[in-house]
Amino acid sequence: MGVMSALLLQLGQVGLVLLVAPAVSGMIRKMKARLQRRIGPPVLQPYRDLRRLIGKDVVLADNTSWFFRMAPYLIFAATWVAAALVPTFQTGLMFSWSGDMIAIVALLGVARFLQAAAAIDTGTSFGGIGASREVMIASLAEPAMIMVTFTVALVAGSSQLSTIAEFMLHSVGLRVSLGMALVALVIVALAENARIPVDNPATHLELTMVHEAMVLEYSGRHLAMIELAGSLRLLLYISLIACIFFPVGLVVSGAGFLAYAAALGAYGMKLVIASVFLATFEMSIAKMRVFRVPSLLGIALMLGLLGTLLLFISEGM
Amino acid sequence: MRVLLIGVAVLLGGSLLSLLPLSRESKSSVIYGGCFATCLVLSAMALVGVAGDASSAVLPLGLPWLGAHFHLDALAAVFLVIVNLGGAAASFYALGYGAHEHEPMRVLPFYPAFLAGMNLVILAADAYSFLFSWELMSLASWALVMAHHRDAGTTRAGYVYLMMASFGTFALLLAFGFLAGPGGAFAFDAITQHVLSPGVGAIVLALAFIGAGSKAGLVPLHVWLPLAHPAAPSHVSALMSGVMTKVAVYAFIRIVFELMGAPAWWWGLPALLLGGITAALGVLYALMETDIKRILAYSTIENIGIIFAALGLALAFKAAGMGDAGALAVTAALFHAANHMLFKSTLFFGAGTIIVATGEQDVERLGGLIHRMPISSSAFLIAALAISSLPPFNGFASEWLVFQGILVSPHLPRMALKLLVPAVGVLLALSAALAAACFVRAFGAAYLGRARTAAAAAAREADVWSVSSMVVCATLCLLTGIFPGAVIDWMQPAAVALVGGRMPPQLDIAWFSIAPVSASRSSYNGFLIFVFLVLAASFAAWVVHRVASRAMRRAPFWDCGYPGAGPIAQYSATSLAQPIRRVFATVAFDAHEQVDMPLPGDQRPATIHRFMRDPVWEFAYAPVAAGVGWMARWMNRLQFLTIRRYLSAVFVTLILLLLVLAIWG
Repeated sequence: MGVMSALLLQLGQVGLVLLVAPAVSGMIRKMKARLQRRIGPPVLQPYRDLRRLIGKDVVLADNTSWFFRMAPYLIFAATWVAAALVPTFQTGLMFSWSGDMIAIVALLGVARFLQAAAAIDTGTSFGGIGASREVMIASLAEPAMIMVTFTVALVAGSSQLSTIAEFMLHSVGLRVSLGMALVALVIVALAENARIPVDNPATHLELTMVHEAMVLEYSGRHLAMIELAGSLRLLLYISLIACIFFPVGLVVSGAGFLAYAAALGAYGMKLVIASVFLATFEMSIAKMRVFRVPSLLGIALMLGLLGTLLLFISEGM
Repeated sequence: MRVLLIGVAVLLGGSLLSLLPLSRESKSSVIYGGCFATCLVLSAMALVGVAGDASSAVLPLGLPWLGAHFHLDALAAVFLVIVNLGGAAASFYALGYGAHEHEPMRVLPFYPAFLAGMNLVILAADAYSFLFSWELMSLASWALVMAHHRDAGTTRAGYVYLMMASFGTFALLLAFGFLAGPGGAFAFDAITQHVLSPGVGAIVLALAFIGAGSKAGLVPLHVWLPLAHPAAPSHVSALMSGVMTKVAVYAFIRIVFELMGAPAWWWGLPALLLGGITAALGVLYALMETDIKRILAYSTIENIGIIFAALGLALAFKAAGMGDAGALAVTAALFHAANHMLFKSTLFFGAGTIIVATGEQDVERLGGLIHRMPISSSAFLIAALAISSLPPFNGFASEWLVFQGILVSPHLPRMALKLLVPAVGVLLALSAALAAACFVRAFGAAYLGRARTAAAAAAREADVWSVSSMVVCATLCLLTGIFPGAVIDWMQPAAVALVGGRMPPQLDIAWFSIAPVSASRSSYNGFLIFVFLVLAASFAAWVVHRVASRAMRRAPFWDCGYPGAGPIAQYSATSLAQPIRRVFATVAFDAHEQVDMPLPGDQRPATIHRFMRDPVWEFAYAPVAAGVGWMARWMNRLQFLTIRRYLSAVFVTLILLLLVLAIWG
């Protein structure tokens, strides 16, 4: 495979995540609406929202500084780079080695840091309440994510997602630690994407908001960037779960056109299935009180730790 | 070697120079300028000295039969770079900052001596000169802590520091006594010759933890650090936090990895455990503080915890004969030590500029400084991202190496280690996430939002010396973050000397990637991540500005229909920490709140009280202090006796001593 085609595939991956991300958000919204016996907005509504937001003027709160204006682009960039590092249809892309799973977690951490700081920059109580809750949730979700990374990396002998996916493709067999990691990862994914039961993406009741409170003062193109970053983050977690635990259909190395078509199809199927699960799950439970969230995330952290401990102990036995 | 010693002599001479009758301004610029130049030369020498041959010198100073031994090897060179780079940055910063000192003669004579002391500790190669330099460093820094002795709390800080420093040196003195053995071989190369018995090894290890750990700020020996570091002038705080704690780390490494000989398998356990606890507790303490310099001091404790945890891993690997994995862990520790020097200096410099600009160091009385101090706030932001171990900055690179070290540790043979390492992994991950929370809060409360006081609203950007020193340090944070391979390769001679293994050469890998074990196992490329981030952000900004509306308006923020909420209605630093206080500090510090909410119609103001206890102080220090007080009161009775009673007391003592001699003599 020549350098050009490798580069094209890499760019394809980078573009793919950006293009697909809003559709996934739209799909979930549509499914939730159907489950509530509403018609709901069309699946492509997020794209229209983005176009509308981009066309609008930016209204900045009085006090905000240059940091507030710069942050959306950096948040978007960090999330996009992280999302592009997760294998979607092929493993071992040209630049896939430039960051492992820990780096992906940390890139999402960059986005969160900037988001919370930008929220404080508005100088309002809403920004502060959102930021303080977000960092509290992250302070448990991020270690849980690191422990999931440890578990998976110890099983596969690598923290590179491409290597992990290839390992998972070939070694069949149930492992208790991987089951724990899956549950923990799902909990973390719900928390990090501000989904029910941790946060409600559709809420506009100020006292219950976390993520929405942080972006309250954003408008226009800035809000578009943040919304797109949010969709990308959701796509990232779905791709991450799919690539670690359900790597079926991933192209491992250079293959023909048909293999790529099949891989893309498989990826699309995974996205649809994940959306169905998420929509059904969100429909069937209620949002938690903010101070019950730590217990949920504590479960994820403990599961991650137990998974890692099991692997440490079983090593060399 | 000779140049290095001359450099140290120049620094010592600088202390005397400050006694010359010159004007305040010229004296200050001569001293700080001289320190800057000397430190720069010393760090350049050390930078090339890592890969060079070891050199040593014996000067006819100190004990007549021993002489003063000095030795430069790879480990010493790595730490000399850390010390002198930090020293150069602080001196450069002080060229501007020092002008705001009210009583410069309380700082100037001790500042070069402090730098010289730290250099000498690292160069010393016998117990006597080591302890002498250690005390020089301690006492000079104590004098610097006491520079603002009229401020509230400074005298207590100085007192606690002096007590802990003496205690630590006492422990080191005993440690060297055990190491030297009955023969009294005090030179380091003589100490390495003989083998310690396991029992003595355990005692020396404990003493090294007390001696070096108390200086570094290891929990539970950290209590002096958040008092003393903030009390000093800010450039000295930067030196104490960024550099002097690293000298303590150096002392630990030198004693435990080298002088004590081959490690037993369990030597890594206390380092791992204390390191993990120190990291998590340190950052939790920091989250509960509102004084910007105390936040930074507590965050130093956290970073020391990370370094000690990595050193514990390295000890475990070394004892298990896994040299290459040990090299990975020890490189992570050294790399993090260097990184911490860079970002912590930047942060303390930032705190100094805030204090100069506003006269406040409580973040609850700041806010909105980003508008008036754009450059120093950007440097502070970069350092805050780096210390929160976020890519593409250096803090992430070293933290990533620590995690990679944990990922190779399932091969360790002992069950105790296997059980402890994942738990330490959780503590480190937790501390990294909490550090991000801590620095969002510190940066947000101080620089973002609206000014909470008139002083914060009237702040001005700091002088060019201070700002450029901050910018240079922040740039180095970025550079070492995107080219970590260069630093790792540079440190390898030290790793080889310490654990007998080495990491594969990193600069041979394409695109400045780093792969600690092998590329298929794990790799990280800070350079590419940085390039991707820049490309993605500029692409997004470009596209958006091409197709989108560029219009921008200013409007009041959304106030829920209650207009006129002043800056005081913003989220404060205390409220930003409230969720974390409720989740974590209720366990760690027994934190609770008492809310008094008057009924409707009642005219009383509503009140909220926070209660928190410091478990370390309460359980470890308060009983000791109470015991000493009780003893002192009891002994006080001896003060006002008649001469007859004193004579009879002398007589009884004499009889008792003679009896003791008669029985055991």
